[in-house]
Amino acid sequence: MAEDESLRLSQIKANLERRALIYDVIRAFFRSEGFLEVETPLLVPTVAPEKYITPFTVNGWFLSTSPEMHMKRLLAAGYGKIFQICHCFRKSERGRLHNPEFTMLEWYRVGADYMQIIQDTERLVLTLANRLRLGTTIRYQGAEIDLVSPWPRITVRQAFLNSAGWDPFNRLDEERFEVDLVEKVIPSFDTSRPTVLMDYPVAMASLARLRPGSLPVAERAEVFIGGLELANAYSELTDAAEQERRFKQEIETLEREGKRGIVMPERFLESLSSLPECGGIALGVDRLVMLFCDASSIDEVVAFPWDAV
Amino acid sequence: MDIAEVSRNTKFLINGVPFAVEDVKFVKPGKGRAMYYLKLRNLFDGTTRDQTYHSSDKVEEVHVSSNEMQYLYKEGDHYVFMDNENFEQHSVPKELLGTRSQFLKEGLVVTVSVMEGKVLEVTLPKFVELAVVKGAASTKSDTITAQLKMVELETGGVLAVPPFVKEGDIVKVDTRTNTYVERVTTKK
Repeated sequence: MAEDESLRLSQIKANLERRALIYDVIRAFFRSEGFLEVETPLLVPTVAPEKYITPFTVNGWFLSTSPEMHMKRLLAAGYGKIFQICHCFRKSERGRLHNPEFTMLEWYRVGADYMQIIQDTERLVLTLANRLRLGTTIRYQGAEIDLVSPWPRITVRQAFLNSAGWDPFNRLDEERFEVDLVEKVIPSFDTSRPTVLMDYPVAMASLARLRPGSLPVAERAEVFIGGLELANAYSELTDAAEQERRFKQEIETLEREGKRGIVMPERFLESLSSLPECGGIALGVDRLVMLFCDASSIDEVVAFPWDAV
Repeated sequence: MDIAEVSRNTKFLINGVPFAVEDVKFVKPGKGRAMYYLKLRNLFDGTTRDQTYHSSDKVEEVHVSSNEMQYLYKEGDHYVFMDNENFEQHSVPKELLGTRSQFLKEGLVVTVSVMEGKVLEVTLPKFVELAVVKGAASTKSDTITAQLKMVELETGGVLAVPPFVKEGDIVKVDTRTNTYVERVTTKK
């Protein structure tokens, strides 16, 4: 067994070295942009109620599923540009692209919207490619990917009309949405370019701001590179009443399924009244490292994945 | 059992038929429901099928015990094994064993999966050691197998071995691939 482990760890050593370099570049990038690196608690009394994210419980508290609420409390207190690299924990998420304990990079900019945050992401990824001496084209799982910005953008509505043949803004079927997203929409993306999928149905807004209009949309954008769902950006919702209403709905759904214990994040809601307009994003660091190591599985970029802890 | 608890080799029932999970592909859009693309093997007939489940789906757990049994004898088209714990005897049809039946030697201890008294699977040890009872002369005719010749084993099985293996030698056989591994002892 010990022999297997030392072989496994020696095989991924180059990836872990590259991983460390990627962390250096990320930190230097945000420092040069005037961001403050922050740390928020991993052990928390409540998590954002989301029906498809299950937290681990520890003595009645939870391991953090995302640093988002604490980071917004910092923004509400006047911190203007912050970033964090931290571990997040989500129960039962295990697969080629998932480990129940994983690493997230989040950053927030006061005064920005979701598409300005997407521009940050373009610059960050290009900076990484450049610092890793890969130029602007990387090779991932057999495909050449041209990273030059701006990355192609497509609305959720257009992508579904093109690839799945239905309009999720006209009577949304959430279950069908996810199946078609995975089986039809994502596979239709140009493999030689990153793709930004933007403007989600309002029912899938989560913590994003809505843009009213004849076709109201949630200002949410997701970045896909090489088939990997890499990051999820929002123009952040700053309306406490609306946020509370959405959380209430999620808590009711959770309770219907017998999942109790997730209570309203009161302190976060209180802080929302002081939250300025801002944009933010959560980016999966393990997947970013996979992309730059041409790794097909998260197990190739993490020293001790779930089954080897 | 919640679908989230299912992993490779988990066994569960679909309409009363036991299936073993051969592969799980877990897919989850960031904020969305998890999807489990499973490759399943029917434990009654060995066929495989793909099946998709979603988070919070339930599957019917099945109790499959793994028992150590020793091979006793062949009876027509069946092979008879005895449970080493409770001495119960189980008769296993030839089809369930396939080509591995040729490496069954009296007294060999195997692992048998049993569901409600019915044998689902017989797993032989990865390696068995068997005596060569009839060694053919080394042949030079066949170019592909020029390095190998066929010999008969004490169990009646036929195995391709290197030319130096003789009658009376004990050889080690890989039961997963039906192939020769090495010569263990040779008759002086």
